[in-house]
Amino acid sequence: MINTFAERTAHWRLGQVLQRQGALLALIALIVLGTMRYGERFATGYNLSSVAGDDAKYIFVALGMCFVIMTGGIDLSVGSVAALGGVVAIKFSDAGLVPAFAAALAAGAAVGLLNGILVARYKLAPFLVTLATLLMARGAALQLAGAKSAVASATSSFQGFANADLFGLPVAFWLALLLVVAGAIVLHYTSFGRTVLACGGNEDAAALMGLPVARTKLAVYLLSGSLAGLAGALLGSQTGSIDAAAGKGWELTAIAAVVVGGTLLTGGIGSVLGSLVGVLLLQLLFNLIVFENSRGGIQISSYWESVVRGAFLLAVVLLQVRLTRGDKAQSSA
Amino acid sequence: MPETTTAPSLAPPSTPTRRRTTSNGAALAQKYGAGALLVGLCVYNAVFTPNFLTAQTLLDVQLRQAAPVAIVALGMALVIAVAGIDLSVGSVMAIAGQVGALTLLSGAGPVAAIFAALLAAAVCGAFNGALIVRYSVQPIIATLILFVAGRGIAQMLTGGQLQGFSDPTFQFIGLGRFLGIPFPVVLMVVIGAVLWFVVRYTGYGRTLLATGGNESAARLSGIRVGRVKLVAYVTCSTLAGLVSLAVISITSASDANNVGLGIELDAIAAVAVSGTPLSGGRISVIGTVVGAVMLRLLQNTLIARGVSREVAQMVTGAVIVLALFLQRRTH
Repeated sequence: MINTFAERTAHWRLGQVLQRQGALLALIALIVLGTMRYGERFATGYNLSSVAGDDAKYIFVALGMCFVIMTGGIDLSVGSVAALGGVVAIKFSDAGLVPAFAAALAAGAAVGLLNGILVARYKLAPFLVTLATLLMARGAALQLAGAKSAVASATSSFQGFANADLFGLPVAFWLALLLVVAGAIVLHYTSFGRTVLACGGNEDAAALMGLPVARTKLAVYLLSGSLAGLAGALLGSQTGSIDAAAGKGWELTAIAAVVVGGTLLTGGIGSVLGSLVGVLLLQLLFNLIVFENSRGGIQISSYWESVVRGAFLLAVVLLQVRLTRGDKAQSSA
Repeated sequence: MPETTTAPSLAPPSTPTRRRTTSNGAALAQKYGAGALLVGLCVYNAVFTPNFLTAQTLLDVQLRQAAPVAIVALGMALVIAVAGIDLSVGSVMAIAGQVGALTLLSGAGPVAAIFAALLAAAVCGAFNGALIVRYSVQPIIATLILFVAGRGIAQMLTGGQLQGFSDPTFQFIGLGRFLGIPFPVVLMVVIGAVLWFVVRYTGYGRTLLATGGNESAARLSGIRVGRVKLVAYVTCSTLAGLVSLAVISITSASDANNVGLGIELDAIAAVAVSGTPLSGGRISVIGTVVGAVMLRLLQNTLIARGVSREVAQMVTGAVIVLALFLQRRTH
């Protein structure tokens, strides 16, 4: 292949833009398409608010997952931790909104701490550690719920939180956005953020440089568990009950969103804002299918949703492969 | 299975002797931990559970319940041996089950149905393998794609409808008996024996472990690393397809929403408690079967003792962590 330097640089820049912002471009394109096709009903009012409310809990989980993945780890336990957080929050919901969320946060933090200690202190494989705590946390959640679903009283302030609006969007969504912005700032402008990326890039080198690798890894699992606990509390306040299936598969949704957002699973490279975009994009696909069906004409079965998500993930992964290979060729040239 | 290579020792003679004894103890615990727990559970049940030591309890309940997970776990062990992972086995089971049931209902006969289901599963495995080998996608992500999309594909094949059928020849896979032994148990033993032989005594087995142990070194020594990995993923998916035939035969219906749901975690857990690290280069065929049977017996024992299913699940998690600690000692 004959490439001039300028051509290669242009390709590299375009590639970088695609990898970093590809999900964002796709999200904008889908929103524009949806608005043109389904009119105002799609982009405003009830639909926007309910989609945002739905997304909030996935954003919490994906934010934590993003930090864990950037250190080169993985957290499979988040779905179960969310279920545990939800049950705990409902148990405390009679005491009010703040105690309920605080209890869920504490429960999530406890599991996150366990993950962190096993991974950071004892250097056990994150995949298997969090697989084990996935089983433990779900067991604990079901045990606490009394093998049936945990139900909150409908009049509590706990359930009212789900309906609280600010500028037309749920408070929970604003909260999630706030956390994402805080996460992005921490990642880019603090030594903790740089240590996270250094751990994922090359753990041995990071340790040799004197960076607090173990403490940093402990912190990201603690963060992931805490956020998952909060996400569960949010689910509990939205639905009023947590059943055996609550939060199942959230870990994989979160991983998919993080990867779609341009974070490499090998660690060392990541984008917090990209993970936010990843969540919004994957959830929007589902919303679009609902709208297409309500419009009449062709009926797309809801089973397409998972197929479309899978196809999307495939496209992103193949794109990333192409780009990282391009980068490698570049650096060796 | 001993695949340990010993590096020439340069340390003073006293240190290695002491270290060898301790690491031997830990190695023993790692290698036989799951087996010891299994024996312990059997002894406990033999004493405290009425009718435990009968062919019916052992074969028809314990082993038959463990067989599906054990067979999937054997495929998973192959994939883990090449430092991979396969999250898609449950979704592949849903697809294979639907394809099998639909082929059978189309009147093509049981043999064609079995063949079609296994072929569909093998194609799924080839898809996973191609992504991982050809495009160097990380195994977790590559198989996550089919995990997400696969169940949807299976549901779309029939619009989510349950596919009921009745065909004694076809259902032999799940309901039949060979010499009085439930056929899924026979399958588990036969597949385990074949894999054990392949890993131990064939060239493929050696290239498998070499690839997982050090891929670059294996490639440099002339092993076709890509092909070895592809075969592992195709085998894993095909075994999942076979298991799904047994599962749908037992229920006389293919339910794309539930067949194989969550089995990937059970299978990975079985491999993990067998003392095999996820980092590749090692496989323990017998240990994997023992691990799957042990985890199932542990669950059944706890539940039979009045422990809730939820707590039994927590104990399983604790056993996995324990297995990880034992592994850690020997590395």
